[in-house]
Order: sequence, then structure tokens, then C-alpha cells
Amino acid sequence: MSRLIRMDESGHTTVAEWKPGDAGSAEAAVTAFREQLDRGYFAVISDGEGHAEQVRELPLDAELVILRRPIAGG
Amino acid sequence: MSTALPELAGVHWRPLTSELSLVRTGRLWTLTTVAHTVPLVAAAVGLFLLQPLTAPLGLVLLAHAWMIPELYAARGANVAKPRPRSSPQAERTAVGLLGDLIGHQARELHARSGLVLERGGLGVWLVGEAGALLVRPDGRRVHCYCVRASDPQLPAGDRIAHLLLALRADERGFATVANLAFSGACWRLRRRLPEVKRGALDSARRTARCAVSRQPRTARAL
Repeated sequence: MSRLIRMDESGHTTVAEWKPGDAGSAEAAVTAFREQLDRGYFAVISDGEGHAEQVRELPLDAELVILRRPIAGG
Repeated sequence: MSTALPELAGVHWRPLTSELSLVRTGRLWTLTTVAHTVPLVAAAVGLFLLQPLTAPLGLVLLAHAWMIPELYAARGANVAKPRPRSSPQAERTAVGLLGDLIGHQARELHARSGLVLERGGLGVWLVGEAGALLVRPDGRRVHCYCVRASDPQLPAGDRIAHLLLALRADERGFATVANLAFSGACWRLRRRLPEVKRGALDSARRTARCAVSRQPRTARAL
């Protein structure tokens, strides 16, 4: 089961879950993903220690996609 | 898929941080420190040589010469300061996610110091809740960056995870978006850090030195 999670004030919230090959859950996840991007979140997949990648489309083969807020110099 | 941080659009006037720009920035900070210190010391010594009765004034000048670099180092150390905590449940959840993103050693270091050690191309990073320290490959110089996630309600673990993911996605972009709070010798920063964070800085310095010693000599010369 793949997950789309959003880091927020609760720690994190699971926004969507989908199974590779299950078109219905994947479609719902893609819709939720786009909504979060429209709300100003950025999506990242972590490829293990030291590597991460920004994504603009939901990679359906990824196990975990993390939504983060923008960062800025303090 | 894209590799550049989207946040770079907000600081489009800044040149992208590179190895060369970090070296230049480091030299500029050293020059600035010298420019702040040497005239005050010279004035104190000169006045004393001209008129020994000016010794009290000389002491004030020497105190200023000592204090200004210390204040800069303290500004750098502020980057590693913890921020107010949110609810314990949220903190536990956030630390759980952060733990999934980092290795065993980094988890241990985070539990001790609140900082996450991350090896990068520009050096070794210590990522905190409101910024990151970059220890350069020789382990002598540190750059302190003030940078944070835009949501102030986030628990500590999530604040670090935000910075860590951005750093991993685009290290040079991350250093460009962040504001430089201090650049100087590691020992100057170390004195201003609390004991638990000093250990993390020492680990980062050791890791940085190890990384350099493992490089072939030709790569180091480039």
C-alpha cells in the first residue's frame, strides 16, 4: 500500500492511500495530490539516506510521497 | 520530476551557492572579522604607547574587539536553538516520520542533540529546527544558515524533516534560499553552543575530515 502524507501540526496526516494496479484508489490519490499542490504544498519522494526528489506528478510506483510546506530564509 | 527547489524563484536575485561562492563567502567573513577587530586592538595599543593613562579606554576597546566576533558567533549558534514545542502526541508522530527518513546513527545523534547529521556535496550538514550548520570538508570552517518551514505550528521533528527533504532534493538551492547567519572557525561557534550540540558539531567535523581523507588526492586538488 502506497501513501501520500502531509506534514502538518499533528505530526503528519495520511492524505491518500493507493495500491499499484488499483485504478480507483490511484485516481483518488492523484486528485488529492493535485489539491494539495494547489494549496501550496510541495511533494517529495525520499530515495533513502541522502537523496530526495521533488515531484510535480504523483509517482504511483512510490511507496511514500511526502507533502511539505515551502521553506524560507529566517 | 524536477530537481531545483521551487523556493529558488523567491530569491531569484541570489547567485546559486557553489563550492567557489562558499570559499569566497568564508574569506569575506574572515576579512570582516579582521576589519572589526584589528583597528580596535591597534587603537588600544597605540593609545597605551602614547599615554599609559589611557589604559582604561584601551581595555574598553579590547573588550569591543573581543565582543563583536563573539556576537557574530552567538548569532550562528542561535540557528541550532530549539523552538517551542507543540503537543507531545504531534511531537512523537513527527519524530517517528523523521526517524524513517534517517539512518540509525543519525537517529541517535538527533535524540542526543536535536540535530540531524547529513552528508552533502558541499560538506557535512547539521539540520536543526530553524536552520542548518554546514561544516566544510576540512572540518575547520562552519557556515550557519537560518532557514525554516513556513508553517510555525509544525512540531520539531517535522520542522527538521522539511529542511532535510529540501536539502536532499537540492543542496545548492537549499544553501541559496537560506540566509547566512555566520561563517567562521568551528571553534568559535563551538564555544557558543550548549554542551549537547557541541557533540553533534564534533561528529560533523570528524565526518567531514573522514570524507576528505577518503578522497583521492587528485580529486582534493580540483
